[in-house]
Amino acid sequence: MLRSGPLFHVDGLVMSENFIELRNVRKEFAGVVALKDLSLTIQKGEIHCLAGENGSGKSTLIKIMSGVYQPNAGEIYIDGNKVENLSPMASIEHGVQVIYQDFSLFGNLTVAENLAMNVQLREQRQVLNWRKVREIAKEAVKRLGVDLDLDMDVEKLSTAGKQLVAIARALMSDARLIIMDEPTTALTGKEIETLFRIVKDIQSRGIAILFVSHKMREMLEISEHITVIRNGQKVADGPTGDFDEALITRHMTGSDIISKPYIWDQQKYGSMPPRIETTNLSFGTDLDNINLAIKPGEIVGVSGLLGSGRTELALSLFGMMPGYSGTISINGVQTVLDTPQKAIRAGVAYVPEDRLSEGLFLTQGIDRNMLATSYEKLAPGLLIDQDKAEEWVETMIRDMQIATPTGKKLVKELSGGNQQRVVIARWLLTNAKFLILNGPTVGVDVGSKAEIHRTIRELTQKEGLAVLMISDDVPELVHNCNRIVLMHRGAFVEEMASADTSEDQISDKLKNLT
Amino acid sequence: MAWFQKSEVVIAGILLLAMILIGLVNPAFWSLDNMFSLLRSNVIIGIMALGVLLVMISGGIDVSFPAFAVAAMYLTIKGMLYFNYDGVFLPFVAAATIGALFGCLNAFFVYKFRMIPLIVTLGTGSMVRGFLLGVVGTSIININKMPDALIDFGKSDIISMIKPDGTTYGLTAMVAVYVVLAITLHFVLRYTMIGRGVYAMGGDPEAASRVGFNIRKITFFIYCVAGALAGFAGLLHSGMIWLANPRDFVGLELDVIAAVVLGGASIFGGRGSVLGTMLGVFMLVMVKNSLIIMKIDTTWQRVVVGVIIVIATAITAWRDRRANA
Repeated sequence: MLRSGPLFHVDGLVMSENFIELRNVRKEFAGVVALKDLSLTIQKGEIHCLAGENGSGKSTLIKIMSGVYQPNAGEIYIDGNKVENLSPMASIEHGVQVIYQDFSLFGNLTVAENLAMNVQLREQRQVLNWRKVREIAKEAVKRLGVDLDLDMDVEKLSTAGKQLVAIARALMSDARLIIMDEPTTALTGKEIETLFRIVKDIQSRGIAILFVSHKMREMLEISEHITVIRNGQKVADGPTGDFDEALITRHMTGSDIISKPYIWDQQKYGSMPPRIETTNLSFGTDLDNINLAIKPGEIVGVSGLLGSGRTELALSLFGMMPGYSGTISINGVQTVLDTPQKAIRAGVAYVPEDRLSEGLFLTQGIDRNMLATSYEKLAPGLLIDQDKAEEWVETMIRDMQIATPTGKKLVKELSGGNQQRVVIARWLLTNAKFLILNGPTVGVDVGSKAEIHRTIRELTQKEGLAVLMISDDVPELVHNCNRIVLMHRGAFVEEMASADTSEDQISDKLKNLT
Repeated sequence: MAWFQKSEVVIAGILLLAMILIGLVNPAFWSLDNMFSLLRSNVIIGIMALGVLLVMISGGIDVSFPAFAVAAMYLTIKGMLYFNYDGVFLPFVAAATIGALFGCLNAFFVYKFRMIPLIVTLGTGSMVRGFLLGVVGTSIININKMPDALIDFGKSDIISMIKPDGTTYGLTAMVAVYVVLAITLHFVLRYTMIGRGVYAMGGDPEAASRVGFNIRKITFFIYCVAGALAGFAGLLHSGMIWLANPRDFVGLELDVIAAVVLGGASIFGGRGSVLGTMLGVFMLVMVKNSLIIMKIDTTWQRVVVGVIIVIATAITAWRDRRANA
């Protein structure tokens, strides 16, 4: 589908409805193709959604538009004129502003200085006039119609506050296109509503917005035009009215994801004691009387906003929050879980959200990563039983379907999905019977995601594991869990059987939490 | 932020408290004579601290400056002797330039290879010191050979007093030099775009380059100015003690870094001020001076400096972490 605005000429200049147009842009990194002949057009003053899974090339595309990366091939047109060698400064001068996920603010500086910085830099000032800084900041806050303490250090603001500063700063640079990278990730339902109101308001001034997201509902709600990319290629684009959630998903993933909810084999496991059971588990304001029992073969999902206590729940069950009140029982036996060592010995495994910083030794091989928690068992005496170690690793690579010719391959050379499987394999080797997965597929490409889900479900079914799955990704929970609990302010507010719950229902409930 | 929460005010308060306590133990502490000599001891450490402050605000650290200072000092004086030059202005320009050139070396490695400043400056410092002793020489240039103009300059006082017993004492004019440099740096950091760029870089280097700061320019600015200040301080030091020792300043980096951290600069970058640093320098010099007056062995002074670094860093780290939470 190709789209072009009407062209007309004024004084030899090409005028067009299009603000920016990428034509057949290609970007490679060390021979790996990140973007392949990708074309994208953003019209003036439109809200455009760029949809794609993690790793689909969204961030590369943003960086090309903002001049951070130079494409290996293809052309960029702004206002109908071809632009060569777009640099970050040139991109800003053309009015392209990017609001990155981390906002790119300076926490150590005040709100006022953060707001005024771009203007000062653009005017190429050498000397700073603090009165001017204040004026600019006041103007920025007024333009956005929000209330911010100009003298506060930015690092003391809430996430939503920081985002407002970032947006206000972008507006001060005479932005004509604001690119927002996953702007809703850390916001509550109310804050998202506010953000959308602001986005519409910005649009009404003729500024285009590129909303980068992988959350279907938000795209459909806010945008006018959707472009879907997958594996660095554009797979669909058109007016938002032409899309629905299923269609976007199909384009994003390249296949219809079979949404058969996971069913717990009650006959087989119903009579067994719960793998884990808590009674009135509390910890300060983080956890409030949590009663949870997970039987073998169950996958229980936990949904909730950031800060709802879901991570604390995971940590407490892994012995990382000593000093909790209430009781924890494992396989029917009450246990005090006050260190991770005790939890591991009791058969608990925790796969953290940020597997890269918390879970993996990137510069080591798959084998060592897998065996990291099993050396005690491999070395009953002084020496490690190398044959056994090799055998274990081979079995796991096969069972987990990790794409590697050998267990010696370094983990950093694996894809996100395969890395995640290495972490899970490590825990399975400890004979863990209770698996806590925190964001199990964050940053994992689509194919791997489905594979990981399948593996988890199969293992749980076959081996009688109990799984606690914490995720922001509502579809992930609905498809893989037999029941889902909603957490808010440290407490369970609702429990749902996923068989009779839809994604929309859960998303709505999440949105209404404040 | 309320004024009493500002780190400078807190440091000044602690400093005042310490001064009162020391004054109670030793009333001679408050004598004008002692105050003048304290201020005199501030000058060299203070000027070097200004350079280190700049580096630390940007998120780096510098341990090479004592080597740069000694090299700039020794090379300049050797040159003066060689050319038989007796002046003040040109030698200081030369010393600062030599320091700045060494600083460029730091900046080159830090910027080009994205190396950790600690490793870079450990390496360059060691190299410069080694070259100086190996190639230029190891002999101390004593007062009899020192250029007279430098000694005269180092001797100049802004206030002169006569004690009852007829001996004179005074406040060295070098304090004025230090204060002028400090005020200049304060204005650069507070009122110029490049100064704000240093803070921005210390806050988030990635974000700084995204909003359009020229990171290369800022990195070179930081390390060259730090080097220039060190070189300048080195030559000033020799003028004040009337000799040039190529083995001077060993271990000084710890004192200076301690003073800067004591002055509220963050080891994570992004925070620190000239006023705070000057207070930190004063506090460090005062504590060391008091230890000498109390006849405490110099080895124990190392312990005290170490304790100061650990405690001051712990406090600032705790402050910064709380702010980020």
